[in-house]
Amino acid sequence: MRQTFFDALEELAQADDRIYLLTGDLGFKLFDRFRAAHPERFINAGIAEQNMVGLAAGLAMSGMNVYCYSIAPFLTMRAYEQIRLDIAYHGLNVKLVGVGGGFTYGFEGMSHFGIEDLSLMRSLPNMSVVVPASPAEARLAALAANEYPGPLYVRLGKNGEPDVYGSAPQFRIGMGTVLAEGKDAAVIAIGSMVYEARNAVAALAKRGVRATLVNMHTLKPLDARLVLECASAHGALFTVEEHALAGGLGSAVAEVLAEASYGGIFRRIGIPDRLAAGVGDASCQRKKYGLTAEGIAAYILMELEQKNRPERGHHGLESQIRRLSQAV
Amino acid sequence: MNNRPAKGKTGHDAELDKCALLAKSIRRTILDLCHKTKSGHVGSSFSIVEILTALYFRFLSVEPDDPENPDRDRLILSKGHACAALYSVLAARGFMSQMDLDGFAVNGGTLEQHPNRDIRKGVEASTGSLGHGLSIGAGMALAAKKDKRKGKVYVILGDGELNEGMVWEAAMFAAHHGLDNLVAVVDMNGIQALGRTSEVIGLEPVLNKWTAFGWGAREVDGHGFGEIFRALEAVPFSVSRPSAVIARTVKGKGVSFMEDRLLWHYRPPNEEEYAAALKELS
Repeated sequence: MRQTFFDALEELAQADDRIYLLTGDLGFKLFDRFRAAHPERFINAGIAEQNMVGLAAGLAMSGMNVYCYSIAPFLTMRAYEQIRLDIAYHGLNVKLVGVGGGFTYGFEGMSHFGIEDLSLMRSLPNMSVVVPASPAEARLAALAANEYPGPLYVRLGKNGEPDVYGSAPQFRIGMGTVLAEGKDAAVIAIGSMVYEARNAVAALAKRGVRATLVNMHTLKPLDARLVLECASAHGALFTVEEHALAGGLGSAVAEVLAEASYGGIFRRIGIPDRLAAGVGDASCQRKKYGLTAEGIAAYILMELEQKNRPERGHHGLESQIRRLSQAV
Repeated sequence: MNNRPAKGKTGHDAELDKCALLAKSIRRTILDLCHKTKSGHVGSSFSIVEILTALYFRFLSVEPDDPENPDRDRLILSKGHACAALYSVLAARGFMSQMDLDGFAVNGGTLEQHPNRDIRKGVEASTGSLGHGLSIGAGMALAAKKDKRKGKVYVILGDGELNEGMVWEAAMFAAHHGLDNLVAVVDMNGIQALGRTSEVIGLEPVLNKWTAFGWGAREVDGHGFGEIFRALEAVPFSVSRPSAVIARTVKGKGVSFMEDRLLWHYRPPNEEEYAAALKELS
């Protein structure tokens, strides 16, 4: 999907000579087309992400339309304070493109995990956050991002992501896409987890559970209207993300639900506050946290069964307080 | 600007006298701002008064009635904590009004204790977190090259600020890309937040560091207008290289009991000190 994104950017750069592409010395072969067509607007800033973000600010202050590229943690975390002050607070037209979202670089080890980037970017004023679910959507995200003024973080995977759409999807920043409709539960997923959630919803259907599926490709600004529509039509709501549970999609949806006094079941599926040990590629890492179609479907089934047996329910406030008191 | 000293021969006595008077009046404005609002960083502001005065009254091609001109020169105060000096000079140069200054560090006011980008008032970038300015300036200088604009970009850094790794990332980048329209002025007042720079993280030989990073570099007396003028007129110091002016300065310069003392990194002058300082600056 990253190649699709940057091929689209190259096309945009043909028509817009203000587009500049900065990389922190990463993206082997990825930018060949862009470099060949627009060598003067491709800048390798070297292995120096803080300076790259500052440069992007200076270029944007001079009227350029700037894209910054690196692996998600190096871009969003190494240069976080520069992104905050130089890009977000100034409200500049800079697009930050992080690759390797989630466990994409599983074998590379934990230094390369991109599992806190969304919460970090989401908390910054003026910053929008988009996570395409497929190569086709990455292209649409590139086109939409270029029309979207102001700071924007785009989280991509890398290569070989499956498609999640039959035909060309609708895509508007800030508006989630409903991929399936069902009455028993709603599943709101983001990025790589849209594909897994789609397969989970199909597996649930075979068990007689009809679920609505939402691709929430824009984490910020969150499509709160769609979240509330899901809430009003379903007694159970689930979020799925390849991201830490703290601060990502689940947190954003929870904020909307809590403030709307949603009375149904709400559960977040993501990465808990501790990392599992072990070497493994992306699919191996995802499996550890139940971030697969099977894992998601099994979890949703279990929760729905609990819901239907309230006498055994352990989710009431009082029982939860009791449980936490025992744990202390 | 009618209060802009006439461009004359470099080092011309009358012009230097005029600049010295201007610098004194700017120091009085800084003192007033900090005293009235109990703001710190008087010493850090005093050390760059001559540098800012020279730049804004002789070198920078900027006009208050055309602040967004894409061909303008740009100045970034990377050591943003010394903004009282920047505001005072911008006011003297016609970018800010007395009303703007009156709103410094007051609730509901106009100006923070670190600069906030406002091009119409001459503030090109929000700073205050040290290390950012040179990268932003390099981005601006690169954009000016790409757009074939003639404007230069000046960045004022503190010496303590050179502790930040990001400064050296930017220094390498600017040299590699031959940004000869970029000028770094390093305010070498020798004192940072918790002590002398030589005791915190030794910086010397500073000049050699910049030349080793591919910059043209010159050392000047940062309070001598003649030397500052001569250096800035010689920019770029080397063909196709960015230029670094290593300005030897004194923290708190201009008020005897503030000079070269760490205390004045923080302390706002009390009534007695204010009166004594004002007397020296009259």
